[in-house]
Amino acid sequence: MILLWGSNAREAHPIFFHHVLKGIDNGARMYCVDPRYTSSAQFSDVWVGIDVGTDIALANGIGREIIHAGLANLDFIAHSTQGFEAYAASVEPFTPEAVAAICGIPAEVVVEMAHAYATADTAQILWTLGITEHHNAVDNVLSLCNLALLTGHVGRWGSGLVPLRGQNNVQGGGDMGAIPNKFPGFASVDDPDDRARFEAAYGRELNPVPGWHLTLMFEAMERGDLRALYVIGENPADSEADVLHARAQMESLDILVVQDILMTRTAEMADVVLPASVAWAESDGTVTSSERRVQRVRPAVSPPGHARHDIDILCDMAEAMGDELGPRDPKAAWDELRSLSAMHGGMAWERLEAAGGLQWPCPDEDHPGSTFLHGWLWADDLEGREPAPFSVLEHEGPTEELSEEFPLRLTTGRALDSYNTGVQSGQYDSPLRFAGLDLNSQDAAGLGIADGDRVRVCSPRGSVEMNARVVSSLPRGLAFTTLHHPELIDVNVLTNPDWDPKSGTAEFKAAAVRVELVDAPETAGAPVG
Amino acid sequence: MSSVATETAVTIQVDGQEVAVPEGATILDACDAAGVETPTICYGPTLTPVNVCRVCVVELDGSRALVPSCSRPAEEGMVVHTDSERVRHSRKMVLEFLATGVDVSQADELGQWADHYGADPDRYVPGGQTMDEPVRVQDNLYIRDYDKCVLCYRCVEACGDDAQHTYAISVAGRGFGARISTEFDVTLHDSACVYCGNCVAVCPTNALQFKTEFDLRQADDWRPEDQTVTQTVCSYCGVGCNLELHVQDNQIVKCTSPDDHDVTKGNLCIKGRFGWNYV
Repeated sequence: MILLWGSNAREAHPIFFHHVLKGIDNGARMYCVDPRYTSSAQFSDVWVGIDVGTDIALANGIGREIIHAGLANLDFIAHSTQGFEAYAASVEPFTPEAVAAICGIPAEVVVEMAHAYATADTAQILWTLGITEHHNAVDNVLSLCNLALLTGHVGRWGSGLVPLRGQNNVQGGGDMGAIPNKFPGFASVDDPDDRARFEAAYGRELNPVPGWHLTLMFEAMERGDLRALYVIGENPADSEADVLHARAQMESLDILVVQDILMTRTAEMADVVLPASVAWAESDGTVTSSERRVQRVRPAVSPPGHARHDIDILCDMAEAMGDELGPRDPKAAWDELRSLSAMHGGMAWERLEAAGGLQWPCPDEDHPGSTFLHGWLWADDLEGREPAPFSVLEHEGPTEELSEEFPLRLTTGRALDSYNTGVQSGQYDSPLRFAGLDLNSQDAAGLGIADGDRVRVCSPRGSVEMNARVVSSLPRGLAFTTLHHPELIDVNVLTNPDWDPKSGTAEFKAAAVRVELVDAPETAGAPVG
Repeated sequence: MSSVATETAVTIQVDGQEVAVPEGATILDACDAAGVETPTICYGPTLTPVNVCRVCVVELDGSRALVPSCSRPAEEGMVVHTDSERVRHSRKMVLEFLATGVDVSQADELGQWADHYGADPDRYVPGGQTMDEPVRVQDNLYIRDYDKCVLCYRCVEACGDDAQHTYAISVAGRGFGARISTEFDVTLHDSACVYCGNCVAVCPTNALQFKTEFDLRQADDWRPEDQTVTQTVCSYCGVGCNLELHVQDNQIVKCTSPDDHDVTKGNLCIKGRFGWNYV
């Protein structure tokens, strides 16, 4: 049984979706929870078209039904979890009827999903940004974790919780310590023992204060506490929610340095641009995929002009500041990582070459790598760990309520042929390319908008013009656009910057907007040609 | 007691040589294991056999007809002949028939087997005859040249159940007029095609060709012997698809994916397949 929740993997993770399709071909039932009837939903047995931001209500309702139907895995709950009673009490108000009213779906669907999930031999919950691009992202994730803890669909082959990562090395970046409060291998900056280990290896004292994540950095810019920014391979001048505000903060910096492979909007704002080689096609190293698989990238072509490898630029920067970062050799850097991060310890460079990638944790050179995590939940002694906690979660809904002034819900997402702000994917001739606003046909008719019309979309933060596409499968009251074409549609002018204090992610998925027809330009009498 | 299931081995004889393969393996797998090379056209390691080309046939003791090695499971005690007069004759005629109606000039592997078996298509239709259709160039990603199509179905399988589940193409028409087609032969843009290029990747005759290769061939500058192939990882999304970058003169000219990698099994999406040209 496959529960695809807040993910249009058919377009955003197409080759992963091939594996989902194999499961469906082999008889797995798929439920697709998504406000839009996506191309992924078209492959599902049941499309569960909830209203944007009502995920916790649905998850709590499924949890309640599993408990009431006697389908909870009580042995697993007793042995491997804690906090069940409080959780069970917290979901009690979420009857199928109550959930139906909140989410805008039939009550029977809640019951059916609960039974299908709880009684399946193996079941996976797969999610992406439909869960995490909300002001309560972490709570959304925890609401899904609750379901796995309730049924024991976690920590064993074929059953689990699968967040699909959006970038080819976002997992690896975190693993390597590119997180404000972590060292490589998820050691904690503010843990004296962890820090001592890294201080010994690096031969210097390390700052014990966790840094800022991106959202906190923008707040620090606003306060004037952050005056210099060095951006590597990120395009916040297009990708931040409420982007006009973000650009203003970046304009106010004393110095902005951007290291990138292409001239992004962020690079155009920079005082200094450091041209970098293309990591995946021009340089040596590793990336770590969504399934924790560390794989080698290799240079196929030489970098153009003055573009240099990231490792050389960074080492030069350190040298200019009077320091040494170590050898400029990807393999040597990898071996240093292996000596400091236990979960990578067994991943010798040669093994990565031979095996076509290994999945962490892989603590020693005889270890085959790990295809799934959390197997300890099934160990008699839980391998000495604390039982996994249930979470008590409130349904809140989007922070920006619909109003007479802004009556439509705008949600943003991805399309098959494009990627994030389009820096790379905008460069090839995709026959599928579309930049515009998807509108429900009845909403469009009510607004006097026809397919292809130019419309103005207004949110409390600004307005953007784009072309409308009338889509009959989109639910009433919902509008959709992608973030892929900021040069044509500056969509993040509209998006809601309210962010999750636990994750730092903004509510890209839920803004309140108004859509108006832009009057056709006066053409009568205009000279032709 | 927990135990690891041991694969049952099946022993068969290929050209007098005993060879053991796991249960479920095909005669073709056994031939590979025995080091006996076998011509194939419609077979692909990632595709379900469709048994249409008959070029991989072998002689099986006790069987009246020749059997397709790519789909026939190996059974204990089978005695197989891959180089008997009957097999050589049959393979030669299949290759001849194909070459009479199709332009196989860019089907390198087919050409090598045709030489091997002494195939002479001219003895049926001197000079050969094709449908004489214009090359379909409808976008900058890939072209379709159906004069080069042997109707092996590999593209149909890759577009359909075996990988992509898009079902943009099938076989339309009958006899000499049979061809691979979108519904009502609409342009790719108006079809269900999502431009993953997985059909191009499995095409054995270059009827489907990446536009970059097509353009270089038009300019008489397609030089496989000067190309390098480097395996790396796609930069779009977090799935970790392995790419094989084919490079000529420090330019990427084509992107494929290894058939034997667990993640991709030779498949890619439009971004991975075509989204490299900014490099």
